[in-house]
Amino acid sequence: MNKIQVITSINHEEVEFLCEPQETLLDVLRETLGRTGTKEGCATGDCGACSVLVDDRLVCSCLVLAAETGGREITTIEGIATEEGLHPIQQKFLDHAALQCGICTPGLIIATKSLLDRHPDPDETTIRYWLAGNLCRCTGYDKIVRAVQDVARDLAGPA
Amino acid sequence: MSESIDYKLVGTSPVRPDGVDKVTGRAQYGADLNLPNQIHGKVLRSPYAHARIKRIDTSRAMAMPGVYAVITGEDFPPPPEHGDVGGEAGGSIGDLARVIMARDKALYHGHAVAAVAARSLRIADEALAAIEVEYEVLEPVLDLDAAMAPGAPLLDENCFTKNLPEKTDKPSNIAEVMVLSRGDVDQGFEQADVIVEGEYRIPMAHQGYIEPHACIANTNEAGQSTVWCCTQAHFDFRAITAKVLNMNVADLKFIASEIGGGFGGKTVVYLEPLAVLLSLKARRPVKMKMTREEVFRATGPTSGTHCKIKVGAKKDGTLTAATAWMAYEAGAYAGSPMGAGAMTVFVPYDLENFKVEGYEVLLNKPKVGAYRAPGAPQSMHAMESAMDDLARELNMDPLDLRLKNAAEEGTRAPYGPKFPVIGLKECLRAAKAHPNYTRALPEGAGRGVAVGFWFNFGLQSSAEVHINENGTVTVVEGNPDIGGSRASMCIMAAETLGVPYESVRTLIGDTESTGFSNSTGGSRTTFATGMAVVRACEDIIAQCRARAAVTWGIDEDQVLWVDGQAIPASGVNDELKPLSLADIAENAAKTGGPLLSRASLTAKGAGPSFSVNIADLQVDRETGKIDVLAFTAIQDAGRAIHKAYVEGQLQGGAAQGLGWALNEEYIYNADGIMENAGFLDYRMPVASDLPMIDTHIVEVPNPRHPYGVRGVGETPIVAPLAATANAVRDAIGIRIHDLPLSPPRVLAALDAAGD
Repeated sequence: MNKIQVITSINHEEVEFLCEPQETLLDVLRETLGRTGTKEGCATGDCGACSVLVDDRLVCSCLVLAAETGGREITTIEGIATEEGLHPIQQKFLDHAALQCGICTPGLIIATKSLLDRHPDPDETTIRYWLAGNLCRCTGYDKIVRAVQDVARDLAGPA
Repeated sequence: MSESIDYKLVGTSPVRPDGVDKVTGRAQYGADLNLPNQIHGKVLRSPYAHARIKRIDTSRAMAMPGVYAVITGEDFPPPPEHGDVGGEAGGSIGDLARVIMARDKALYHGHAVAAVAARSLRIADEALAAIEVEYEVLEPVLDLDAAMAPGAPLLDENCFTKNLPEKTDKPSNIAEVMVLSRGDVDQGFEQADVIVEGEYRIPMAHQGYIEPHACIANTNEAGQSTVWCCTQAHFDFRAITAKVLNMNVADLKFIASEIGGGFGGKTVVYLEPLAVLLSLKARRPVKMKMTREEVFRATGPTSGTHCKIKVGAKKDGTLTAATAWMAYEAGAYAGSPMGAGAMTVFVPYDLENFKVEGYEVLLNKPKVGAYRAPGAPQSMHAMESAMDDLARELNMDPLDLRLKNAAEEGTRAPYGPKFPVIGLKECLRAAKAHPNYTRALPEGAGRGVAVGFWFNFGLQSSAEVHINENGTVTVVEGNPDIGGSRASMCIMAAETLGVPYESVRTLIGDTESTGFSNSTGGSRTTFATGMAVVRACEDIIAQCRARAAVTWGIDEDQVLWVDGQAIPASGVNDELKPLSLADIAENAAKTGGPLLSRASLTAKGAGPSFSVNIADLQVDRETGKIDVLAFTAIQDAGRAIHKAYVEGQLQGGAAQGLGWALNEEYIYNADGIMENAGFLDYRMPVASDLPMIDTHIVEVPNPRHPYGVRGVGETPIVAPLAATANAVRDAIGIRIHDLPLSPPRVLAALDAAGD
């Protein structure tokens, strides 16, 4: 089968890969590029475990064809922490015990980043609806919502 | 209620040691490992719910380029005729072998009938399509009552109901009956002033872990295999794989990956023996992962049930008698949580006269697996709903009615033994005193309460403790960390040794590098494995005292261990400077070599745990949709080791229970095909479905654990079912007996009542 050459940027680094036409961004991230931080929970766009940002837009990478991503900027969980250390969202997820098994965590952190980039001061309802595309079966969401509220408070700075 | 003990770390909530890897995407779950030269395995699944397999022709598939191995039931040794798998929804090894690969019959839609290993997933899929299977399609048995009726089509002509008063020679779909009784129920009901009755049905529900099952097996020419997989029980997986393939346990090494949820569902083996066998034939590593659809269709959900309850009480609320009749779906093979359902239905109450009849029934659905407190949510939903009806009949507060009859230490449990110290009354009183119980409800909203319970288990655990050369501590144990248990082990080790939390790390060993441990299940890890860790740490302390004695040239009994250091007993040798764990470790070469210890045990005395839940909700009378306004989970943890993760268990269990109560169900068509095998249509709670979940941890310490642990993981899912149903009853004035309380069902009930 003819493969398609794609040049894109993942976490601010140029990446070149070959993919089959039907392969998803999730397939390529995990299988071709070995970026297994992005998780597969359903491959049908229903669980959000594979959430990534494509040009700052929150998407399920299982619903994006890899061949469509040429020239885009893709952000995955591997690109969230910096040389300075964990991103505040990652730190607050740890501080609030907002993960149990942790399989949904990469997707939720990506979704939270997308939320706070747009709504730096979200109320609880906004948080819950923004994260409604990310299934978590362990926590009941309570500690996740609290972690997000705490990050937002910190980002807002001292009152 | 809890005696005050001055712990430094027990009861705190430090960051888990495996946390950074889990928030950065480094942690490796079941599908995250790839090996050089690996190929991909896929399973061909039955398109029929009930069919005889007449013939399988794999020749076309095998001849395809890029296909390395094809296996069917014929490639397996005959299913073992003896031996059972224990656990919370086990079964016979022979039946589990047939779940892993069907032999002469396919018994549910999705039953594995063949498997292939190929260079790519695409080729594997094409190879599956090239396998020819000739089926004789049989009538599926899909309904509990129909399956039990005389003349129903049989799943297994050799299934003779177990535990009948007289042995039968007539095969049946009823695999087993169980009767529990005490006293005289007829006399008990005669003494009753009020009697309530109810009949309740709940469909199958799935654990819904987000990570699909996955594994990779690397088998060599000598038949030795290394298997990496997501599992709650890598030692049990090794044992079952060895039995199903007739292999030597010592030839199998199982490595537990990080695990993306299980809730009981990953105590059951599905893929691993297939991957080992495919890898043996293909002479390459074989990776297998299920799709979400396969997870729904082909792994074990929990039983659908049908329960009938009758309860009698005097005017003052004293229960006089109760009966329960319950049928549990086992799915395609025997082994269901019916027994636990029967044992738990009346468990909160001191009841002189009762009778429970339980039936376990085969039907053409997946063989059920363990799901968090297996069996208890269904039966206790029935009883706790009836208790709510009874409280209304008696015009009593529902918590007062339960307090009036609540079991306590010394009460004989319905399943036989007398309760040790338990915290049911403490939970009920905490619920009564909780502000959420008396807070005013919005107009039209309803409030419901219910009690939950789980036995909690002990079983076998092992742990090793290594003191590193700088005095830091490595704990090695064999229970996959499914919800933060590494942190709990670190807390217990650090507390026992008297060292900082940060100086302890806990690793999960593979089957070759640490001692045997039973599953991460039964709410047993923090209790049983924690006990092994504490014992091993106590042994380290004894060794450290001996090393200090050698260093100081004094008797060992003149050395004490206080706050993480050896000190001389007061009054003598006061001039000696205390030796910290780091001092002793640094000097170990001169005092006898590296410090390490181990403990292995069969833990006894797991403490039963009770819970009380309070649910507030609102029903939209136009659409039947229910909004959960508030939820309060109160539970006796014995003692919380890591407080935030105990709260997390209560909150997560509440969310799963609410999902089960409100929306989750296996929906089958007339052919026995599940119609909602995906997360879009199998509707689990999302963040916008739920409110914050308030928790209140009651601590009635378990005297049989060094820190009082009872185990907390399973009880939280039990009470939400009835608490939700009772809140709906309160909100709309109608008792809806069946679950889930999905909009169509609620709307139909409102319509029927002329609303």
